[in-house]
Amino acid sequence: MIDPGFFLEIIPKLLAGLPLTLELAGTSVLLGFGLALVLALAQQGERTYAVLPIRIFVAIFRGTPLLVQIFLIYYGLGQFRPALQSVGLWWLFREPYWCAIIALTLNTGAYGSEILRGAIRNVPRGLSEAALALGLNRFRTMRLVVLPLALRQALPAYSNEIILMVKGTSLASIITLTEVTGIAQELISQTYRAIEVFIAAGAIYLILNFLIVRGLTLLEARLTPYRQR
Amino acid sequence: MTFRRLAAVAATFMTLLSAPLAGAADAPKEIKIATEGAYAPWNFTNAEGKLDGLEIELANDLCARMKIKCTIVAQNWDGLIPSLTVGKFDVIMASMFITPKRLETIDFTQPYAVDPSGFAVAKNSDLGKLGISKEKFKLEDEAASKAAIEKLKPLLKGKVVGVQSGTTNLDFLKKYFADTVEIREYKTTEQHDLDLAAGRVDALFAQQTALAATLAKPEFADYTIAGPGFVGGVFGLGTGAGLRKEDKALKDMFNKAIDAAIADGTIKRISEKWVHTDVTPVK
Repeated sequence: MIDPGFFLEIIPKLLAGLPLTLELAGTSVLLGFGLALVLALAQQGERTYAVLPIRIFVAIFRGTPLLVQIFLIYYGLGQFRPALQSVGLWWLFREPYWCAIIALTLNTGAYGSEILRGAIRNVPRGLSEAALALGLNRFRTMRLVVLPLALRQALPAYSNEIILMVKGTSLASIITLTEVTGIAQELISQTYRAIEVFIAAGAIYLILNFLIVRGLTLLEARLTPYRQR
Repeated sequence: MTFRRLAAVAATFMTLLSAPLAGAADAPKEIKIATEGAYAPWNFTNAEGKLDGLEIELANDLCARMKIKCTIVAQNWDGLIPSLTVGKFDVIMASMFITPKRLETIDFTQPYAVDPSGFAVAKNSDLGKLGISKEKFKLEDEAASKAAIEKLKPLLKGKVVGVQSGTTNLDFLKKYFADTVEIREYKTTEQHDLDLAAGRVDALFAQQTALAATLAKPEFADYTIAGPGFVGGVFGLGTGAGLRKEDKALKDMFNKAIDAAIADGTIKRISEKWVHTDVTPVK
């Protein structure tokens, strides 16, 4: 039943979806990191009017499945076309590609902000006090002392999040985007050979994530040479 | 774990995966029928959460004729044929057309319905102004169907057309309209209906009876079925019940029951109730 020739036939077809998978993952990880950083920093001031909305946003996006979020942003907001048209946002929500980017970005932004918030809090207080004592203002203390340390510490946890996002892109196939998983499902409906197709698709994600983990491990090693043995 | 033991485990798995399924040699007493449950009015989940529709009523009728106990379950369209072949259920009745490609993997009963496919578009669009046509083109009749397709092409140029993936409707679009329209694939027809209402797609391509059921809803008041219907060719021989190739006895039972349901007018009655037209196959 398992036929090596069949793998050679389907793998190139699956790889045709890889650029879209990478594009979705890359764009949402980058935008999501920006969002996460803003959200984490905005919570440093501990002002309720800033913190409370962020806590609610994070609770919603961490507490609901990504699949539901993608569905709601695409099919849910699709029902409010007149309202979206009147505020000039329909061009964005009309396209499945942008709906997927928005859902993935908001999701990873919520998770990422928690990772960064924890990392910032874990930077020893003495360091920022020392920086303040040297005459740095709060902004420069954050930028020059706290953030570099925090981002370095956050890297292992954040690499986890990046991998989750790469796998999360597979859900984009439900809103008509034919990335790797979407093509896999198409191939299954043409060949009815679910096992081989999903093994091949799984292997593509495995190799992709292996490369990402290697890259991030190298980056981590570069950033923390003192930990090398 | 040593490599040898690992290899042994892997080998066991491979055997399990490729183990031939016990084929039912005798006539079964009890079977499980799978449908999609998302293709109104053929098969869908009604307001009470129960499966309902033309094929559900027909399945119950056929089971009563065959004097066997049937359980009807819902399964994603994508997973119907793979699940049938691995034995999750015994029969597919999900408005599935009998095509040569599907016949490579599974077997079918004789058709119990023949239903043309066509486009649904906004009434004020180029194609919509044509309005609904009772014309039916057999794709085997190449000259006539090609002329009909060429007439549609300029009216659909550059439009986005929603279609369910893994269907013969998609095969049709890819074969005849790939150079004219942008094809967008959906998991269920309910999802492309939502996107037609939202204006993300300009047209739908599906079975005309299913489109008629969608367009009967109030939010589709400005939409219409337009142009002729297409049958045959990539659409195959019509809608049949899918079975595993080894279940010969079950296939004979179904064929006899379908013959009887055609002969006594049951299929005509059920189809007029659900799709307001007679889809009984002409022998």
